[in-house]
Amino acid sequence: MFDGLDALLLARIQFAFTVSFHFIFPAFSIGLASYLAVLEGLWLKTGEQRFLDLFQYWLKIFAIAFAMGVVSGIVMSYQFGTNWAVFSDKAGPVIGPLMAYEVLTAFFLEAGFLGVMLFGMEKVGRKLHFAATLMVALGTFISAFWILSVNSWMQTPTGFEMGANGQFLPGPSWWAIVFNPSFPYRLVHTVIAAYLTTAFVVGGVGAWHLLRDRDNRHARTMFSMALWMAALVAPVQIFVGDMHGLNTLEHQPAKVMAMEGHYTSHPDGAPLILFGIPNSKEQRVDYAVEIPKASSLILKHDPNAPLAGLDTIPEDERPPVGVVFWSFRIMVGIGFAMLGLGLWSLLARWRGKLYDWIWLHRAALVMGPAGFVAVIAGWVTTEVGRQPYTIYGLLRTADSASPLAAPAVATSLAAFVIVYFAVFGIGTWYILQLMKQPPHSGESGVKRGADGPIRSAGITPGPTQNPGDPDELPRNQEEAS
Amino acid sequence: MDLTVIWAFIIAFAIFAYVVMDGFDLGIGILFPTFAHGPERDRAMNSIAPVWDGNETWLVLGGGGLFAAFPLAYAVILPATYPLIIAMLLGLVFRGVAFEYRWRDPRHRGFWDFAFTGGSLVAALAQGMILGALLQGIAIEDRAYAGSWWDWLTPYTLLTGAGTVAGYALLGACWLVWKLDGEGQAHARKLALRAFLATSVLMAVVSLYNLVLRPEYADRWLSAPDIYFAAPIPLLTAILAVLLYRSLTTGGEGKPFWLALGLFLLGMAGLGLTIWPNVVPPSLTIWDAAAPPRSQSFMLVGVAITMPLIIGYTAWAYWIFRGKTGHEGYH
Ligand code: HDD
Ligand code: HEM
Ligand code: HEM
Repeated sequence: MFDGLDALLLARIQFAFTVSFHFIFPAFSIGLASYLAVLEGLWLKTGEQRFLDLFQYWLKIFAIAFAMGVVSGIVMSYQFGTNWAVFSDKAGPVIGPLMAYEVLTAFFLEAGFLGVMLFGMEKVGRKLHFAATLMVALGTFISAFWILSVNSWMQTPTGFEMGANGQFLPGPSWWAIVFNPSFPYRLVHTVIAAYLTTAFVVGGVGAWHLLRDRDNRHARTMFSMALWMAALVAPVQIFVGDMHGLNTLEHQPAKVMAMEGHYTSHPDGAPLILFGIPNSKEQRVDYAVEIPKASSLILKHDPNAPLAGLDTIPEDERPPVGVVFWSFRIMVGIGFAMLGLGLWSLLARWRGKLYDWIWLHRAALVMGPAGFVAVIAGWVTTEVGRQPYTIYGLLRTADSASPLAAPAVATSLAAFVIVYFAVFGIGTWYILQLMKQPPHSGESGVKRGADGPIRSAGITPGPTQNPGDPDELPRNQEEAS
Repeated sequence: MDLTVIWAFIIAFAIFAYVVMDGFDLGIGILFPTFAHGPERDRAMNSIAPVWDGNETWLVLGGGGLFAAFPLAYAVILPATYPLIIAMLLGLVFRGVAFEYRWRDPRHRGFWDFAFTGGSLVAALAQGMILGALLQGIAIEDRAYAGSWWDWLTPYTLLTGAGTVAGYALLGACWLVWKLDGEGQAHARKLALRAFLATSVLMAVVSLYNLVLRPEYADRWLSAPDIYFAAPIPLLTAILAVLLYRSLTTGGEGKPFWLALGLFLLGMAGLGLTIWPNVVPPSLTIWDAAAPPRSQSFMLVGVAITMPLIIGYTAWAYWIFRGKTGHEGYH
């Protein structure tokens, strides 16, 4: 299957494959956990059944997405050692503690409260249950905090010392390591990305059900909530993305050159290449459609400012241009499409047509998965753009790998590809099946009859007929706990 | 005591917590095919569904903690046992998703039950073999693994693998004795007895094998003064084994589980004593592999603050789902 590839390339493909798969689930579960918290909060505040119904509806989907996130994440935490042993040995003293903090402060929190969130509504009462939901949501955020700090440190390493044995050692201040220069931007940009991803999924599902029955109250509620999110947050994301790019220009200029397709330097104003085909052999972009001086305007806020190109970077320190150039355009294109849909929804609201503008619903349906594409494209830009380094400017990817032979890595890669496509493909199918069901009153949540795991303590009486109905919740237990 | 020693104990604690907590739910997976379709399987599954994710998080802490506190050990052990690690991870993928999938797709429940068992079995076997591969020693040169492809596959590692499978099955069966009643419980009790026999035999064989595995192990266990520390371990193990057997045959409910835990604790203590002060036998000591004090103390602060909280809310989650797992809702 992978003849003729060397162990290093295979290890890179394996890492890219497993982490990309992994990130699809957090991108959704970070946003969905918060959305669930909002829905449950609204239900507690207003007592309206429809919020509880939506909560239960999305909870079932969350349970599956979360399980896939967990198992693919456990793989990630071992990938560093299996495939990047030299990197692990060298960078362990600096990034290891951050990842340990992620486990201690985030994963345990998520896992500890997940069981209660999924199955515990009757056992702990509403308030504690809401607290558990909040804890899970908080856990997903804390997890993003630490792992993005790790990743950002690899992009813009600061606050370390070099040890005599070649290890990166922490300097006097952990602060300088955790809050390295690209971290704030990356954290904000990625968390917003997760929210947008979820908003578009929720909006897409709402749109699908509106197209079939525009009077479905539940579909209306979720559609409206999702499009508020899109309208308000997409512009923020574009703004944050711009700031992120300026920060990158400062710390990783070669990456920006690749994103922009600037092979050559432009002493008096660089053009913004909208589209074109990067041709690395000839060091130029073929068929370029460009706006003169616009790139300098965006990056330097001066149309005539000089911009250096890849020709100023030694050849063996350049990132691959084609991938970065394209993935960046995909992300930005989707960002603007999201903005467009958000604005359209505002127009629809203003004209009172939010729930019956069929083309709006169709567009939202098509855009449903857009967030996932943008998120993966964004990561590809970031990660490929930092090549050929794992620790930017200091440790090359080629010097990071484990002493493994190509056939071993090829076998494991093939196993991952087969298992991931099968297992996560099926999980995605189950999620789609759940999404296909219209949300309705008395939505059942994760447990109910033979339809889901049930548990009850022998000590307290079990759930009553309809666990979905708030009035049925045993209040005495709420007091008891 | 220096930081490195503290960290060795923290990692050992994380691994122990993992082994007993995920051990019992992997064990249930291993025993799953012997349960009748329908309520018996559903109840067994339900008894662990709310806690398995938390249990598995200890594995992430064990691996992550090793990476952070002993990066060189992490960087050597993982490549040395590469196929086992990959097999374990894939096994965990299958069994992890089976918890959700089997409810979503009644038509293919049989398949996901099979995946649950297969995944649990592979993960348990791989974990046991990783342990064996570590104990028999890993060749290191120049801060990197220097052995060959198949070093991890020997009769000894097969034995430790089988021992781990049997031990997990014992934990799982004892858990079910505790959490079920009626017929399910009687069935679990029978399984627990069989698993108990298998575990005792394999534990004894592995212990004896250790004496010939490496000369320094024999010294540790058979010559003074080390023997004074070592001798109580097999003794206590034998006592616990007798108690466990009696409890299982005389109708104990929660007690067998705790006694089985005790067996595991003693097993861990024995292994720790065997390899101490190495983290990777034969020659990499915990101090050779340790991260610098700055890394270790930074994390120690985190552990000191969060560990009590983690133990607190984990206990709370177990408390919420305490008692016998019922079958309400299935009528
Ligand atoms: C921006 C967010 C983000 C990013 C970049 C990553 N993850 Fe992740 N990860 C999460 C956000 C997240 C999460 C939202 O917290 C998850 C998703 C579902 C879940 O259970 O938690 C998770 C789960 C998760 C788990 C399972 C935790 C458990 O048992 O509950 C592990 C071990 C990892 N991740 C490890 C990694 C590693 C080693 C990564 C990098 C290579 C990584 N994650 C990238
Ligand atoms: C979850 C979102 C992420 C995605 C989608 C992603 C994607 C990628 C991709 C596509 C590559 C391959 C680049 C290449 O080889 O040309 C890569 C490399 C790498 N990434 Fe990430 N990454 C993510 C997060 C992270 C995080 C959080 C870390 C660190 C903790 C990380 C560490 C690495 C390392 C060490 C490499 C170098 C190995 C390699 O070149 O393949 N990544 N990543
Ligand atoms: C037009 C709007 C956008 C701009 C200008 C923009 C800009 C950027 C830039 C410059 C980077 C690379 C940073 C670096 O590695 O140095 C990046 C990365 C990324 N983008 Fe965007 N982005 C936009 C829209 C989006 C959207 C809509 C999403 C997802 C919904 C998204 C998700 C990501 C992710 C996940 C990353 C990788 C993590 C990171 O480095 O932050 N972006 N973006």
